[in-house]
Amino acid sequence: MEKVINITLKVWRQRGPKAKGSFETYRLDGISGDTSFLEMLDILNERLVGGGLEPVAFDNDCREGICGMCSLYINGHPHGPDSLVTTCQLHMRHFNDGDTITVEPWRSAAFPVIRDLMVDRYAFDKIIQAGGYVSVNTGGVPDANAILISKDKSDEAMDAASCIGCGACVAACKNGSAMLFVSAKVSQLSLLPQGQVEASRRVKAMISKMDELGFGSCTNTRACEQECPKGVSISHIARLNREFLKAKLSE
Amino acid sequence: MSTVKLDAKIPSGNLADKWSNYKAHQKLVNPANKRRLDIIVVGTGLAGASAAASLGELGFNVLNFCIQDSPRRAHSIAAQGGINAAKNYQNDGDSVYRLFYDTIKGGDYRAREANVYRLAEVSVDIIDQCVAQGVPFAREYGGLLDNRSFGGAQVSRTFYAKGQTGQQLLLGAYSALSRQIGRGSVRLFPRHEMLDLVLVKDGDGTERARGIIARNLVTGALERFSAHAVVIATGGYGNAYFLSTNAMNSNGSAAIQIYKKGALFANPAYAQIHPTCIPVHGEFQSKLTLMSESLRNDGRIWVPKKKEDAEAIRAGRLQPTDIAEEDRDYYLERRYPAFGNLVPRDVASRAAKERCDAGFGVASSGLAVYLDFSDAVRRLGEATVEARYGNLFQMYEKITDQNPYKTPMMIYPAIHYTMGGIWVDYELMTTIPGCFAIGEANFSDHGANRLGASALMQGLADGYFVLPYTIQNYLSDQIRVPRFSTDLPEFRDAEAAVRDKITTLMNIRGKRSVDSIHKELGHVMWEYVGMGRTAVSLEAALGRISEIRDSFWGDVYIPGDLGGMNVELEKALRVADFIEVGRLMALDGLNRNESCGGHFREEYQTDEGEALRDDLNYSYASCWRYRGEGLEPERVIEPLDYEFIVRQQRNYKS
Repeated sequence: MEKVINITLKVWRQRGPKAKGSFETYRLDGISGDTSFLEMLDILNERLVGGGLEPVAFDNDCREGICGMCSLYINGHPHGPDSLVTTCQLHMRHFNDGDTITVEPWRSAAFPVIRDLMVDRYAFDKIIQAGGYVSVNTGGVPDANAILISKDKSDEAMDAASCIGCGACVAACKNGSAMLFVSAKVSQLSLLPQGQVEASRRVKAMISKMDELGFGSCTNTRACEQECPKGVSISHIARLNREFLKAKLSE
Repeated sequence: MSTVKLDAKIPSGNLADKWSNYKAHQKLVNPANKRRLDIIVVGTGLAGASAAASLGELGFNVLNFCIQDSPRRAHSIAAQGGINAAKNYQNDGDSVYRLFYDTIKGGDYRAREANVYRLAEVSVDIIDQCVAQGVPFAREYGGLLDNRSFGGAQVSRTFYAKGQTGQQLLLGAYSALSRQIGRGSVRLFPRHEMLDLVLVKDGDGTERARGIIARNLVTGALERFSAHAVVIATGGYGNAYFLSTNAMNSNGSAAIQIYKKGALFANPAYAQIHPTCIPVHGEFQSKLTLMSESLRNDGRIWVPKKKEDAEAIRAGRLQPTDIAEEDRDYYLERRYPAFGNLVPRDVASRAAKERCDAGFGVASSGLAVYLDFSDAVRRLGEATVEARYGNLFQMYEKITDQNPYKTPMMIYPAIHYTMGGIWVDYELMTTIPGCFAIGEANFSDHGANRLGASALMQGLADGYFVLPYTIQNYLSDQIRVPRFSTDLPEFRDAEAAVRDKITTLMNIRGKRSVDSIHKELGHVMWEYVGMGRTAVSLEAALGRISEIRDSFWGDVYIPGDLGGMNVELEKALRVADFIEVGRLMALDGLNRNESCGGHFREEYQTDEGEALRDDLNYSYASCWRYRGEGLEPERVIEPLDYEFIVRQQRNYKS
């Protein structure tokens, strides 16, 4: 039979980046287990708007776990208690009747709160802009099959490339480190022949930008890997460190 | 009938020579002049990001806008299955001509031959480009690229990256864009939403697109931006249906804004209903999730043969695995032996609806059919099936709490893509000089139905390989035009009009939430302008939409204020435009007294229930011209002349 639950929500409300925030408590009854977490927040917002109040601001877009727009720190976990999902794919069947659910924004110095549960993750874009690409212009490139790439390498590059840039790794890390995010891109491109030519320039530029933007350093707690909705492995951090060392040694 | 004469500017010559001829004779802008020209690109999906990056590389000054926090969030990212290209790497008989032919036929002969041929031609360059960027496409053990099949084709020409092809292609374009942002040739404006197009009159009286008014979604401020040309790459308008596979923030507002400034809206009725989506579960559902068409490579679609079995399943007394093989109706294989489960989307969707309407549907609602992998698991093993579709199966299980390796998926059609859009000529320019539309936002290449894996192809074709050429043919005349000041009266007036509209909305202070009105609109669209339409249903839709319009402008409630972030206001502005889109869709559907592709008028079908076209009377693109608030738009037609191929009744049976 379909599960229906009553819950209490403690939601972080904050007017703006400089404003002081606080938790507000809301009660929601009769939530179906098949409702997604964000649909549950839609229900809350409909109620708030119906009462003439401002809705809770939260980022969301594709609602199928791929755009990386949704965030939310739910009961102490980025993207909530279920594994390998983003918040938009989390369903209320994972909660029990009578639960109190705490909902906070990502908390990291590099991701300032914009409003309520919405944060500014532009720092991630800046890291990519610093070197997370292969420098090729449109046109004039070789035939796609001209360079053979082993299936293993290609599959591993794909695993790294599956990062959605949501920032859960940073939110999960006690140091606020962006190493998993950076390593996913560095690893993807260093596994492919196309990324080799500027590998050392890339890794140095991305690491230096990451440090400049106020992300912390990695102490191998593996919290990022645990909470990553796409299961990006910290073995990519090991590869990043290797690439960085290689680049430094060749200076 | 019409005062406007459309010139599609199709180059002369044989089909295969047109694009080469165009490029050989078009005008270019030299490097020194490129630096003096500004181009606004609105949107950062496949089309927008690839265009902004390529134009930046060429040396233009690009201003690029997106409503999300990062260009990488654009909804192209959610495309799953793949991208078509006529590489013929599989040696299975593919060619540029065959991709062209399949696309024209798949579109039910309602697209322009010259555009589609160009699309097929540049498709091969796209794959090369993406591989060079480091896009990790699936590969064979020998190191070569792998392919799969998609609907409407008898060859394997679809390139893919697991079930995340859109993501990987978008990240490729995003990385190219990021490189240009880092170099300063592109300036990015995230969390900015375009709210109007600004036209400025030349000395000779020609009104040209010269900028936009955008709202900073964080501060709420209205900002003015000027440029020598404006490119709209804002995707489709499927969210008019409220429930669709589009992202929550996908919208048709930029299209409606430029429509109201003089661009024509072409074929609005052509919406694609994707056959394989997870069925609707409840009234608070916010969106529908697609299950990739690639699943139809190995999944078999069926419903019970016996009505009593279907009834027992709906009542929960039988499970699909209880139904014996001989009691299953693999209706696509039965009706379309040549293409089987890989018929085009419109055909597969209607066939599902037909079975459900006839009482053979499953799920408690009766609005679902099975997509079964048991044969594939037996034939290939679970590991191979997981390697091919693992992420899709995981997504399905997370949403429905059912394991598709053990029990068939339940699927039902949902709105997915809109083939209609802003009318553009061969150069991708709208009827407003200097205003271009690319990707899903335009109407150009898919006719009345888009084939699977062709949206990614078209978005990237437009952005990487078509617009960067054609826009120069326009800009070559503009090199003496100095940069525009946003203090011009045209900008001031446009901003004031936007401010008035917002103030009006905020001051309604009615009783209804934006979402409740949007849902009501969506319901009307699905019921009356959905998979099967009739003159009666479309008339009814027009009536209901005008009531919805009245209740929106009379009774909507938007909390908060003008300054600062206001998500409800953002949604309200978009819903106001969806109401206009919905009206255009119904009007267009009513005008088109034939069935073609995604537009199925129940009055017009063959004895076997297939779409019945009327080439004599409707072989044209219907383009709607805005004539002012409260007035009926004028219909302008672009005749579709088929010079090179013979139109036939689409046949996927033999």
